[in-house]
Amino acid sequence: MDTGSANAPPPKPPKTSRGRPGGSNLAPYLFLLPFFLIYAVFLIYPVLAAFRLSFYESSGFGGDTFTGLDNYARLVQDSRYLEALKNTTLYALASVFILSPLALLVAVAIRSFVVPTAAFKSFYRIIFFLPFITSFVVIALMFNLIFNNEFGLLNNALSALGLQTFNWLNDERVALLAIILVAIWTYLGINALYFLAGLQNIPEEVLEAAAVDGASRLQTFWRVTLPLLRPVILFVVVQATIFSYQIFEIPFLLTAGGPSDSTLTLAIYLYEVGFREFDRGYAAAIGYSMAIIAVILAAIQLLAARRLDR
Amino acid sequence: MAGNKLQIRVAQVLVNVVLLFAVFLLVMPYLYMISASFKEGSEIFSIPIKLLPEGLYLENYALLFGETNFPRWFLNSVFVSVSRMVIAVLVSVMAGYAFAKFDFRFKNLLFVLVLATLTLPIYVLIVPLYDMMVTLGWTDRYVALILPFAAQAIGVFLARQYLISIPDEILDAARVDGASEWVVFWRVVLPISTPVMAVLGILFFTTAWNDFIWPLVVMTEDNKFPVALGLPTLLGPYSQEYGAVMAGSFLSTLPIIIVFLIAQRRFIEALTTGAVKG
Repeated sequence: MDTGSANAPPPKPPKTSRGRPGGSNLAPYLFLLPFFLIYAVFLIYPVLAAFRLSFYESSGFGGDTFTGLDNYARLVQDSRYLEALKNTTLYALASVFILSPLALLVAVAIRSFVVPTAAFKSFYRIIFFLPFITSFVVIALMFNLIFNNEFGLLNNALSALGLQTFNWLNDERVALLAIILVAIWTYLGINALYFLAGLQNIPEEVLEAAAVDGASRLQTFWRVTLPLLRPVILFVVVQATIFSYQIFEIPFLLTAGGPSDSTLTLAIYLYEVGFREFDRGYAAAIGYSMAIIAVILAAIQLLAARRLDR
Repeated sequence: MAGNKLQIRVAQVLVNVVLLFAVFLLVMPYLYMISASFKEGSEIFSIPIKLLPEGLYLENYALLFGETNFPRWFLNSVFVSVSRMVIAVLVSVMAGYAFAKFDFRFKNLLFVLVLATLTLPIYVLIVPLYDMMVTLGWTDRYVALILPFAAQAIGVFLARQYLISIPDEILDAARVDGASEWVVFWRVVLPISTPVMAVLGILFFTTAWNDFIWPLVVMTEDNKFPVALGLPTLLGPYSQEYGAVMAGSFLSTLPIIIVFLIAQRRFIEALTTGAVKG
């Protein structure tokens, strides 16, 4: 869980209690020590080791051979990797173009039409937050039953409405869609809450001023609300994209990446390559490709946030 | 004008109906999970689907506690999540305090280093980290689930943000009284930090409790599984105890819901203002 701190302002020059004059002050370093010890050993070191590993062929039984950029060259020719990249990208696009607008719509509907009593607010808040704190494992287990071809809730609801049913988890035409539906279910609430917080930040006077000037509700929304919401929209979209590229549990437990790789994601592929086939150098390269995607997305967020500030 | 008012009223009712339906869709899987946990297998797999169980069938729970490793998994999760939470909160607040209230060399550099890893996916380091666990002999040991992820950048970031607003005078008053830096931290800084510690505590507890891929990689011994890793193993080619799995899912979600309900307002506010203020 990230709170968008990536676009935080750089640390201000300290205005502080320094150490006592004259005395050397070790205190801040001692306070930093436990964190940075764990951080260096279990984060920095493995990140660097993975970078090195990504230039080697390594089965984990000794005898690593340096192969230069071979692992990275392999990525662009590996049809399974490309399939995983495609699926993950489709999933990310759905998060951006279906999930995020839907969440905004829900937030606007709540803001404009729900009686703003404390009870209602906390009711929505709790319900919307629940999927976000439920483990992916439990979510996958619940939806496993819901997507069941014959006895699942979804197909039974669809056929009751006279609509077509699908063998959701075993049909390669719809399996990814099933995963996307689960994602929408999982993240709709939390994103609506982000948007709600953004909407509550817009001063009432601004909207009233627009109304006085004769703007319709729709015009006010397009011309006033939406532009003012840009920072939150940016945050939600970038977060959704970053999370999308790392999705693992839901497809791993629901479809194991199948049928015929139609729900294979980058993370599942990395797991298979690294921990089932023990092709560790290549797995490290896949990991780095995922980190590069995350860094690019975070950089876009940072740059766009700077532009918005101006 | 009256017509307009009526229109708004109708729109309000319609939108609320749609919203309530959306809420229903969000809650539905939970209701179905709880209901299925009280159903016999043949009842879960029967048509038409009934939302409420016919009777209170408790065999699933009996099976879960009597014939599976669920109780052990649950306790493993409690131990691992609480331990990781305590360590992570403590080191975060210490480091956040140093960044918020001290001036020292390499301060900005170190802070940027922390920020840089905020969005780093675990996948980039999982292979060498696993190697390290093998070398240390930590596979199938709880410490492998506790220590490696106890230093979370987000913790330092939030703790610093909170502590920067604490007036220096409070700290200086304690120093004038002759308290050492360590005593100032324990007696003054930690008590003041309760709100941010609550937020971080929930955050770290939930992520530890819900962890899946890392335990999947480092734990092989069924007895040592956390609950998130153990539950899916109940659905295999030889067992289709959906009722028991739903019971286990329900019970394993309860602690998270309880912790969350206790501190929900503050927690959601902290997370969502992060998005707004950025």
